[in-house]
Amino acid sequence: MKKLKRILSSALVLILAITLFAGCGAAGSSSADSSAAKTSSAGNTAAGTARSLEDIKSSGKVIIGVFSDKAPFGYVDEKGAYQGYDVYFANRIGKDLGVDVEFVSVEPASRVEYLKTGKVDIILANFTVNEERAQSVDFALPYMKVALGVVSPDKSLITDVAQLNGKTLIVAKGTTAETYFTKNHPEVKLLKFDQYTETYNALLDGRGDAFSTDNTEVLAWALQNKGFKVGIESLGSLDTIAPAVQKGNTGLLNWLNDEIKTLGKENFFHKNFEETLAPVYGDAVDPDSLVVESGVVEK
Amino acid sequence: MQDLGIRVLFEGSNLLRLLGGLWITVKIALISVAISFVLGIFLGIIMTFKNPVTKAITRLYLEFVRIMPQLVLLFLVYFGLTRAFNINLSGQLSAIIVFVVWGTAEMGDLVRSALISISKHQYESGTALGLTNLQVYRYIIIPQTVRRLLPLSINLMTRMVKTTSLIVLIGVVEVLKVGQQIIEANRYTAPSGALWIYGTIFLLYFIVCFPISRLAGRLEKRWMN
Repeated sequence: MKKLKRILSSALVLILAITLFAGCGAAGSSSADSSAAKTSSAGNTAAGTARSLEDIKSSGKVIIGVFSDKAPFGYVDEKGAYQGYDVYFANRIGKDLGVDVEFVSVEPASRVEYLKTGKVDIILANFTVNEERAQSVDFALPYMKVALGVVSPDKSLITDVAQLNGKTLIVAKGTTAETYFTKNHPEVKLLKFDQYTETYNALLDGRGDAFSTDNTEVLAWALQNKGFKVGIESLGSLDTIAPAVQKGNTGLLNWLNDEIKTLGKENFFHKNFEETLAPVYGDAVDPDSLVVESGVVEK
Repeated sequence: MQDLGIRVLFEGSNLLRLLGGLWITVKIALISVAISFVLGIFLGIIMTFKNPVTKAITRLYLEFVRIMPQLVLLFLVYFGLTRAFNINLSGQLSAIIVFVVWGTAEMGDLVRSALISISKHQYESGTALGLTNLQVYRYIIIPQTVRRLLPLSINLMTRMVKTTSLIVLIGVVEVLKVGQQIIEANRYTAPSGALWIYGTIFLLYFIVCFPISRLAGRLEKRWMN
């Protein structure tokens, strides 16, 4: 029994030591974020460093993080294959690199972490460019843009913000629409709801004159609901969506930027729109209100 | 629209994909449960030692795992190890490691409580009969402990099965994620599909967890006699 005791104890101490060691190491690494970027230029032996363009080419596959549940941008079809606007672009990247594409399903919250640890080469998951993110990852040129849209009944279609003066606008709490109208158009009466379904129901019931949120969202909804139209397709600050790579992975970043510029010459993203988004949005959406070619954003 | 919902379930290979996702869920849960139950029993025995060093260490381990949400542990192993030591584990392996670390701690505590719940005179009577320490454990303590342990460990087991829904955050596509993928892919064509898919997932979890509880109930009954 004594012997058993001793063996068990030492085994336990060993296991614990490893666990604690790992825990401390990981906790300490969050402060070492910036150093990861620096070491990436020093060599590939550093922890979690992304693969360079040459590494990707010689390995024969590029690993791209996409959404698997955000139709029609990144989703999995009934045959189990990845589809969507982002995926269409990803496949083209693979083709032009001359390698296979391996898709990794990512979640909004883990996108940055996947890049930082080099578990994916590129993130193509509806990644909106903003200041905060740009500090931890490198964004390439944008390939899409989103803004606010306003949907209203056909009978009293609202095509200009001025028409909203004194009328009731429905918004969902915590969205960019709420912030935008509170700040820039205090004259518009806002009716706020916690959930998207509530906002749509309120619009259907006529509790408000119009509803505003991301244009991709209202455009798709208006298509499914007869009698409603998106009168204002693009409003407020324009956010862009771009591919992202690990900070400091300049080779891959430059290649992506060149790729986006080259693809612009053949109007690739308009074709992408036709293939992936048009079946959902139909003719209701002007491709130019979503698509960005060659990374050039026109207001 | 109502009748469109169920169609989603049988479209393409959707049902097969759901079952594939279930297999991943079950595989990870079963491997983790098996390993952590074995380790947990040893840990539980160690926890009953009077030695202050082992007591402090096991206590620290248990509290650390209990306080840390499983999600944080998953991120620590999957992303943290890569960052700190460039150890690149797959999502599934990371998940199993985390579930074993967590399961062992919880199981250890269950074993400990079951062991100390057996009154002192059981040990003393055994020794008085001339049994060695090992024999006391083998013939008196462990059989009683296992019976007390069963309902608690089944509870832990089903909890582990259900917690696998977190591993999608480290890129492992399990049954719940497959379900969400199917729902989202059909969001515009069949909005009522969500109800059917979630219903099916509920059924699948039930099919996995129910036999475990039933088996436990049966064993308990048999041991009563």
